[in-house]
Amino acid sequence: MSVAPEDASVHRALGLSDEEYEHIYELLERHPNHLELAMYSVMWSEHCSYKSSKIHLKRLPTDAPWVLVGPGENAGVIDVGDDIAVAIRIESHNHPSAIEPYQGAATGVGGILRDIFTMGARPIAVMDPLRFGPLDDPRSRWIAEGVISGVSGYGNSVGVPTVGGELVFDETYKGNPLVNVLAMGVLPAERLVLGQASGVGNLAILLGASTGRDGIGGVSVLASAGFDENSEDADKRPSVQVGDPFEEKRLLEACLELLDEGLVSGIQDLGGAGITCATSETASRGGAGMDVDVSAIHSREEGMEPFELMTSESQERMLAIVEPQHLERVLEISAQWEITASVIGRVTGNGQLRILNGFDGEVLAELPASTLHDDAPEYDRPIAPPDDLDQRRLTDASQGPVDCVENLLALVCDPSWVYRQYDHQLFLNTVVGPGSDGTLLRLRHPTSGNETGRGLALSTDGNHRWCYVDPYQGTKMVVAEAVMNIACVGAYPLAVVNCLNFGNPEHPEVMWQLSEAVDGMSEACIAFNSPVVGGNVSLYNETNTVDIAPTPVVGVIGMHPTLSEPPPSIGLPPDSPLLLLGQEAGPDASMGGSRWAWEIGGCKDGSLPTFDLAQAVRTAALVAESVQKQRLEAVHDVGEGGIAVAVAEMAIETGVGARLDGYDNHISMFNESGGRVLVVVPSDALEEFLEEAANKKVTAQVIGRTGGSSLEFGPTVKVPLDVLTAASRNKLPEALGQGTISA
Amino acid sequence: MSHRVGVVRFPGTNCEFDTIDAIRTLGGDAEVLWHADPSLKKVDAVVIPGGFAHGDYLRCGAIARFSPVMESVAAFALNGGPVLGICNGFQVLTEAGLLPGALQKNVGMKFLCSMQQIEFVSTENILGKGSTVGDCINIPINHFEGNFVCPPEALAELETQGQIVFRYTDNPNGSTRDIAGICNKDGNVVGMMPHPERATSALLGSTDGTALIQSFLTA
Repeated sequence: MSVAPEDASVHRALGLSDEEYEHIYELLERHPNHLELAMYSVMWSEHCSYKSSKIHLKRLPTDAPWVLVGPGENAGVIDVGDDIAVAIRIESHNHPSAIEPYQGAATGVGGILRDIFTMGARPIAVMDPLRFGPLDDPRSRWIAEGVISGVSGYGNSVGVPTVGGELVFDETYKGNPLVNVLAMGVLPAERLVLGQASGVGNLAILLGASTGRDGIGGVSVLASAGFDENSEDADKRPSVQVGDPFEEKRLLEACLELLDEGLVSGIQDLGGAGITCATSETASRGGAGMDVDVSAIHSREEGMEPFELMTSESQERMLAIVEPQHLERVLEISAQWEITASVIGRVTGNGQLRILNGFDGEVLAELPASTLHDDAPEYDRPIAPPDDLDQRRLTDASQGPVDCVENLLALVCDPSWVYRQYDHQLFLNTVVGPGSDGTLLRLRHPTSGNETGRGLALSTDGNHRWCYVDPYQGTKMVVAEAVMNIACVGAYPLAVVNCLNFGNPEHPEVMWQLSEAVDGMSEACIAFNSPVVGGNVSLYNETNTVDIAPTPVVGVIGMHPTLSEPPPSIGLPPDSPLLLLGQEAGPDASMGGSRWAWEIGGCKDGSLPTFDLAQAVRTAALVAESVQKQRLEAVHDVGEGGIAVAVAEMAIETGVGARLDGYDNHISMFNESGGRVLVVVPSDALEEFLEEAANKKVTAQVIGRTGGSSLEFGPTVKVPLDVLTAASRNKLPEALGQGTISA
Repeated sequence: MSHRVGVVRFPGTNCEFDTIDAIRTLGGDAEVLWHADPSLKKVDAVVIPGGFAHGDYLRCGAIARFSPVMESVAAFALNGGPVLGICNGFQVLTEAGLLPGALQKNVGMKFLCSMQQIEFVSTENILGKGSTVGDCINIPINHFEGNFVCPPEALAELETQGQIVFRYTDNPNGSTRDIAGICNKDGNVVGMMPHPERATSALLGSTDGTALIQSFLTA
């Protein structure tokens, strides 16, 4: 059967393929009208339906006894003991940020916070892994500054601390930055709320901002297509929403009060696909239907069409499902917080989502609510590794202009210019904030405020260089790095959330990257006993058909079981032995995927250094335990830039140098073998520590001694600390500090 | 120390519970005063905490000064009642005319969140009990608009009347004469940009705010 709609250009303009149109025809057994088509187009967009990635995501481990809510809800939720549950989620706002950096980032923060308080949790932390084009590109600087201001402007004002993140600059993100945002919240375990509509006759109340024409088709036109030269800017700007953190703050407080008083039976945030998504998702999750009265929606302007009201992505809105007897109290609380509340829907029992003009008025659309979700297409897109993969992997990535001191100065970069712009202390939980390995927050009961004597740790990590060279092993190393980061603040991992930033899924190589990354992530998550409890997939990250390097970003949440003192800092103390824990890299370690190879050697090929996942698991456990028992004087994960950058960061932190032996060549200094950690132990505890490491089958070697005012890697490579410190601290202020050239 | 402190909550305030926590940890009692309710509930002292009252829209504190609670706070202050404005609270106090001057955007045009050293310039006020002029303490700042300005004659008066409470030792925001906090002539109304409630726990990095809050609780 072939369906010929009267005008195929309509569904195509909405981002639906001809096959997808045909599928809608089959489901409805008739041609959809324009409103129905608009609703399907947003819900079946890549952004909302995960139609290209779903088939692969099923391979991720998602279960553990402490998982209360896994992927598929607004946020993952885990049980952390003492009647406390933690909600966590990560999302991308890449495309909006590419064209309107401030608002793109701001609304990214706003959106993810609603995902958290939708679950009944008060958001207590935001992390922002950010990736931009190179600092010498004016447009990339404009994007970076706008995005950072947006996170700062919205996050600080809405009153949720931004406690960590990442900052990466690379050519691959020149036309397409990656703006990912992770949020975490805490709730009393018994108060967990799900986004469900049940109980025929219950009311659907739209809370918050009025609905305007902003963000119409954001998920389909903007988030689910790539950029090219013609459409890069102005055309898509109206699809970016505008954020209002003060509205969000009042909405947050009002919703938490509604939840505290037990007034809602289900609640759902309005994000991508707006009211269409919120009403159909709550209805289909609850196995119910809903009548929605578009004329009841409080709108920002006159004369909005039903399809505009139904698909608008205006920010700062929530949909609460309320029993009729609670309506009055809900309206009271809304008024107290100066929040507009409109009854826009009624739960019905027939599974149909009906859009009406007045509850007894004309039926504008009628479709089975579940078809918008459950019947969304699922694609098994073609997969193929790059043709020249074998050849690429044979490339020697260690060639280039070697000047160890200059190379090191080029690779160090102090990110404090960024995180000083974020409130990272609000709520009095931040034991270790941004600028270290992992973030550590003390864990207190969300309603009583009682301390538990424990801490929650967070880290977000990604590495596009590793994942470009080898998406399977690279992703394993990324997970290991995130776990190692939280180990450095004394935590063991509990769960993972992921944000899979990839290129165009219609390119077989991109689907290969995605599939490999999922497999690598699965293996690492199983090894670290950390299920994936939520995630986000961002595809079509491409500019002029060039895909970004694959960038799966993971957020790991962990537990510090005995938090009474702050963990050791990364800073070197004077006159102690410096140890390297983890797999030995050796003088022949591959430089493939290292920052040195990409940024100094100019080589993006080669192969990754060998990686011993089992040893990384043992190393993380040893580090976490040693931190908990206060046995270390300093600790720092070895990540991008290798041992040289890691020890430089440690030296800069306290102004204390170190002397290493036999590291005076670029391979030893800058190779990025995974699963390694630098630690400093007191001299008199060295023997005991080495013995314990041996017992736990963790390779440990003394590689130097701390002290002095310079950093020496061997007789021929020596950097004075003041030179190193200036190189690190001046980089961002020099590039971004005096404002930037408008693009 | 049986002080009951009222902590004002405007829509957009976000440090109210941190402030209450810090006060309770130090042995005081504290409760929320809702901005729309003019009653101060017979508290012994008032804190206007940090945050973004009314979104800081228009200008920091410009709308907050019209909230019903502010009239009562002004009367309470004029009667000698202890009033402490922290960060956004300092901005609100200047807008309400309870303290002179204004807070404009930081030099550098960036929001700043960092640990900052400040020096006690005067202890003749509700925060100074137990401290000595010249004491240097570490208290975090967290603001976009912390650059204190005021007309020359008012500034001269602040200096001569001992109304400058704190100066930054390393001025982060361009504030006139490094001013981090000031008080009224009677010393019962203090506004400061740094957040003492964020410096009351060794686990979180500093306990230097403890003395200030303890002084406030016995004022």
